[in-house]
Amino acid sequence: MRRRRDGNRFLRLAVLLLAVALTCIILLLPLAAVFTEALRRGIPVALQALADPDALAAIRLTLLVAAIAVPVNMVGGIAAAWCIAKFEFPGRRFLLALIELPFSVSPVISGLVWVLLFGAHGWFGEWLQERDIQIIFALPGLVLATIFVTFPFVARTLVPLMQEQGRGAEEAAATLGAGGWQIFRRVTLPDIRWALLSGVLLCNARAMGEFGAVSVVSGHIRGETNTMPLHVEILYNEYQFVAAFAVAALLALLALVTLGAKALLERHGSSRASLL
Amino acid sequence: MVAASTVSIARAAEPAGQHPPPVYRRRLWPWPGPLPGFGLSLGVALLWLGLIVLLPLSALAARPWTLGFQGVLDSLSDPRVLAALRLSFLSALAAAAVNVPIGLLLAWVMVRENFPGRRWLDAAIDLPFALPTAVAGLALTALYAPNGWLGAPLAAAGLKVAYTPLGIGVAMLFVGLPFVVRSVEPVLRDLPREAEEAAATLGADGVQTWWRVILPALLPALLAGFAMAFARAVGEYGSVIFIAGNRPMVSEIAPLLIVVRLEQFDYAGASAVGLAMLVLAFMILLALNLLQRRNRG
Repeated sequence: MRRRRDGNRFLRLAVLLLAVALTCIILLLPLAAVFTEALRRGIPVALQALADPDALAAIRLTLLVAAIAVPVNMVGGIAAAWCIAKFEFPGRRFLLALIELPFSVSPVISGLVWVLLFGAHGWFGEWLQERDIQIIFALPGLVLATIFVTFPFVARTLVPLMQEQGRGAEEAAATLGAGGWQIFRRVTLPDIRWALLSGVLLCNARAMGEFGAVSVVSGHIRGETNTMPLHVEILYNEYQFVAAFAVAALLALLALVTLGAKALLERHGSSRASLL
Repeated sequence: MVAASTVSIARAAEPAGQHPPPVYRRRLWPWPGPLPGFGLSLGVALLWLGLIVLLPLSALAARPWTLGFQGVLDSLSDPRVLAALRLSFLSALAAAAVNVPIGLLLAWVMVRENFPGRRWLDAAIDLPFALPTAVAGLALTALYAPNGWLGAPLAAAGLKVAYTPLGIGVAMLFVGLPFVVRSVEPVLRDLPREAEEAAATLGADGVQTWWRVILPALLPALLAGFAMAFARAVGEYGSVIFIAGNRPMVSEIAPLLIVVRLEQFDYAGASAVGLAMLVLAFMILLALNLLQRRNRG
């Protein structure tokens, strides 16, 4: 037995090295490329690109869109998780499948559907035009597309955990006379808070980084309807590579912070949050 | 049985007189459970789902037919549409297929080997999930461009990646990889080592153990990972359009064609391509799901 393992040592080391090499080439090199390209002309130039008024407007818009979209999905996600995990009713699985649907839809389609509803030739286009309400090529469109794309994150993180926890604690609280909100705040929320935070974090990362869906509904008006990822594209297409990579590096930092926070939350003992 | 024992709990929770006793009447609908808030949470969830997901998707399902059935067929049989759909689906299938062995390798190393930096590897695998797609697209283009870190040696070897269909595959490989790893990893972790040891005692060599013991146990998870990687890759837009070159008929993916048609205000044509993509993708996913079930059963 012992000898057998020693004989495999070389093979195991080779497999390990191959895995590390593949990780570096496929996953880490692109990340390194972003930061290298951004800092190609030094840190001041990169910072200058971020201080550009259009870049600042893009950053502000991105924060605003996420600040609206994430809470909406948090409330919806908690409600959905509560009714799916704590009750039994026919169609529970179907409901969960529908909630996960946006994950299997192309980002471009996630933007397209809103144009079909609210665009100039959409279902409600004329009605909106008569009332002079702008949804597509304006903030509401960006928010709606972002909500669609980040729709499943919170519910998806909460449902498995809440199902695992069962409803014994909540039922005990109910026997002791607690009302619905009281049960949620005092019993359920403390149990799910890390998972909830984790889901919100992922939802936020995707909301700030979304490109395809937002690109379709944005109209690309500089300083007005350009979020950070869209600003990256515009700069890149204008051959302002350093500026494009500087904004991209900022987004990459956001991704790294998200991953780090997620790792910390996992260590906090909450069940593993799925990014899938 | 559970329901019967919780009847008293439900009654105790509600102040007398406010609600009729919940269970004594025969209900048309199964009783959801004793906790409060079912109506409210289901209501909020359905409203949220209906307005954000179902209403917009029904617009997508309905719109193409304003062209009439023949019109939809004509719109989809445009050679440019067919080329884009073929490119998107074939590259996504190819990228997902390449991701299966790579993902299996990474999952294997993470579960079975203990080495310094395992945590970092674990975090790095989630990178494509967290990195915004536009950033990934930019990075991969810089990397594989003819003067890039990887592009230059590859170009010297006569292989052009950026601005070709191969580049599309590379981007799809990047976004799909974590799906395979994360799908295989838990199954591999639960795989009893005794089975392998038993195979070894019975005289199986390493290759036989792999083919006969380990791979069959992992097959459903591998298929699931393949399906998820494919689903992600086929609709991928941000990371692909930078590296693709976007030449019609050659390196134009279907999502980009949707954008092109939208820019021409051809809503019906755009949604025809979108609907075709969704229907095709769901058919492939359904087939993979059936395959997965057969392998599990």
